[in-house]
Amino acid sequence: MSNRVINILVPIISIIIGLIVGAIVMVVSGYDPVQGYSALWTGIFGDSYSIGNTIRQITPYILAGLAVAFAFRTGLFNIGVEGQLILGWLAAAWVGYAFDLPKIIHLPLALLAAAAAGAFWAFIAGFLKAKFKVHEVIATIMLNYTALYIANAVIKKLSDGSFKTERVHASASLRSPFLRELTDNSSLHYGIIVALLMVVVMWFILEKTTRGYELKAVGFNKHAADYAGMSVNKNIILAMTISGMFAGLGGAMEALGTFGNASIKPGFTGIGFDGIAVALLGANTPLGVVFGASLFGSLKYGALNMPNAAGIPEEIVSIIIALIIFFVASGYIIRVALQKLSKKKEGQ
Amino acid sequence: MKKRKFGLVLSSVLAASAILGACGTKDEDKPAKEKENENASSGESNKEGAFSVAMVTDVGGVDDKSFNQSAWEGVQAYGKEHNLEKSKGFDYLQSKSDADYDANLNALVRRDFNLIFGIGYMMEDAMAAIAEENPDNKFAIIDATVEADNVVSVLFKEQEGAFLAGVAAAKMSKTGTIGFVGGVDIPVINRFEAGFVEGAKAVNPKIEIKSKYTGAFDKADLGKITANSMYSAGADVIFHAAGATGNGVFSEAKERKKKDPNANVWVIGVDADQYEEGKIDDKTNVTLTSMLKGVNTAVVDISNKAKNGEFPGGKKLVYGLAEDGVKLADSRGAIPEDVQKVIDEYKEKIANGEIKVPEKVKK
Repeated sequence: MSNRVINILVPIISIIIGLIVGAIVMVVSGYDPVQGYSALWTGIFGDSYSIGNTIRQITPYILAGLAVAFAFRTGLFNIGVEGQLILGWLAAAWVGYAFDLPKIIHLPLALLAAAAAGAFWAFIAGFLKAKFKVHEVIATIMLNYTALYIANAVIKKLSDGSFKTERVHASASLRSPFLRELTDNSSLHYGIIVALLMVVVMWFILEKTTRGYELKAVGFNKHAADYAGMSVNKNIILAMTISGMFAGLGGAMEALGTFGNASIKPGFTGIGFDGIAVALLGANTPLGVVFGASLFGSLKYGALNMPNAAGIPEEIVSIIIALIIFFVASGYIIRVALQKLSKKKEGQ
Repeated sequence: MKKRKFGLVLSSVLAASAILGACGTKDEDKPAKEKENENASSGESNKEGAFSVAMVTDVGGVDDKSFNQSAWEGVQAYGKEHNLEKSKGFDYLQSKSDADYDANLNALVRRDFNLIFGIGYMMEDAMAAIAEENPDNKFAIIDATVEADNVVSVLFKEQEGAFLAGVAAAKMSKTGTIGFVGGVDIPVINRFEAGFVEGAKAVNPKIEIKSKYTGAFDKADLGKITANSMYSAGADVIFHAAGATGNGVFSEAKERKKKDPNANVWVIGVDADQYEEGKIDDKTNVTLTSMLKGVNTAVVDISNKAKNGEFPGGKKLVYGLAEDGVKLADSRGAIPEDVQKVIDEYKEKIANGEIKVPEKVKK
């Protein structure tokens, strides 16, 4: 079997296995898998409304995935996307309602504020890593908690004791009546354009600039990069900062698009953590992240329709979705199995 | 190398859509058929008025032993009363995150439920948006206000019920110290605290009240730690308004009571009758009483009104002591008669407006 065939077979087989195991779970717990999967399908692609909402769900995943992937390429593990995203969310919401500006200035300003907030939060971890060798995993995990509770406290303060900020003005909103009408009142917003633009930005930085080359070099081998005269510390700080920028923009998608405000969160949103899986599924490449995010976002949104249309309890749905992603992620096992199989055949 | 990985991912996504597509096309006509059936059945039963009701939970989930569960019990009771079938006549959808409210409400609108409940203050924005887009549908929201002609807002005077809980706690305390464990620091929970403090001070102005917000409705461990520190500091009655976080308060109290059966340790439950939560064995129970919030009765009430064409759209319904929307649960003997008498007196005074209970703690 040629490599090309294996490359195509691996993901197909992993998804089939995921679906089969998911089906077994449904049968064992007494539900109809055909009905279940068709509910999942219509939940994702059923009509323009579902498609709109699926894309809306994918948008922050792309940005969270980019954030993790970018840091990864420089050899850094940014677990703090969650916290950076929450602060970006808050910053975008605040700029969105606190200022009165024409849209052409207001919207970019709100996005910039979100990017800056996320970037700053990640910068702290990058700085500590570069200057004091504080491991970025610990720093970013702890910064997640600080971000969550700082954001909650600030929201409370801003809203005079309430639990949510005012709504962002129309001039800062990513929502549009046009998109809403087009997709039958879904919450699709223009954020997807911002996200895809950032995909290009990440590709451009990594592949087309000297700085990107340096960042990757540090990721491949820190010592070699150092020996070649690159400043490792500077690149670590820069990589974390850019990574945080993507994460902050992910928060802006929620603030300016999906929700239109920021509210007190009793716990993490989970988008940042899912971003790690998205980045890994996408092999840390910009385009890969788009596909990883699409898979994650569609399954996540489509799954909502399984209790709705097929009556399958949410807990079982969570198991099925996790299984599908699990098998897609463990494609390596299937690859090895296929290679062994083809070798055996050649041997005969 | 990179190209290969890209190809891998690309084909994986394509494959996913191809496979899912295969199962999709087979059943694509199914929802349509179902819809036909539904239309047919609703057309038939319209004579007797099969008025269908559904609800969307907040992130607490339908089995949170308090708020959402109470609402679902109300919807079920309505369904039973009118011989409706689950999923067609009545149903619920659970929300896993704030982003799901919008989608879940819309999903129910699309299934043509006649009346849709949103449970919880967090759904306010989503409800406002959906109600505006679907002016012909009827909605109801609990614990928040949405101003639209097709939405009825249901609020409770938690402070009035909590006032009675405060009276009970102050009267039952031997140490002169009582505690309040709140969930997230939001207006609804502030009302619980304000009523509790006011009630306790009404019968014992010198009482010391320890108040603490845990910041979460779903963290029993936090509830347990908080209860531990309060009991250790001398509090002997704790009132919680913290959803599932409050379950930790119960487990701490039960542990203490098990260690020392003579200890004066009590918990006052919230939203639903939490007698079962405080049960140690057949004779011992740490639940003093529970402050009931009649979400279930409100749900049944509004459903029936809407069914009979008297939907109070655009109105703000407030359920207090006078309307029987909040009250204390049967203490099953835990509260002695003389204390119960005092509670009943205050109940009377609040219900007829003699005492006005504030919504916020006086600072």
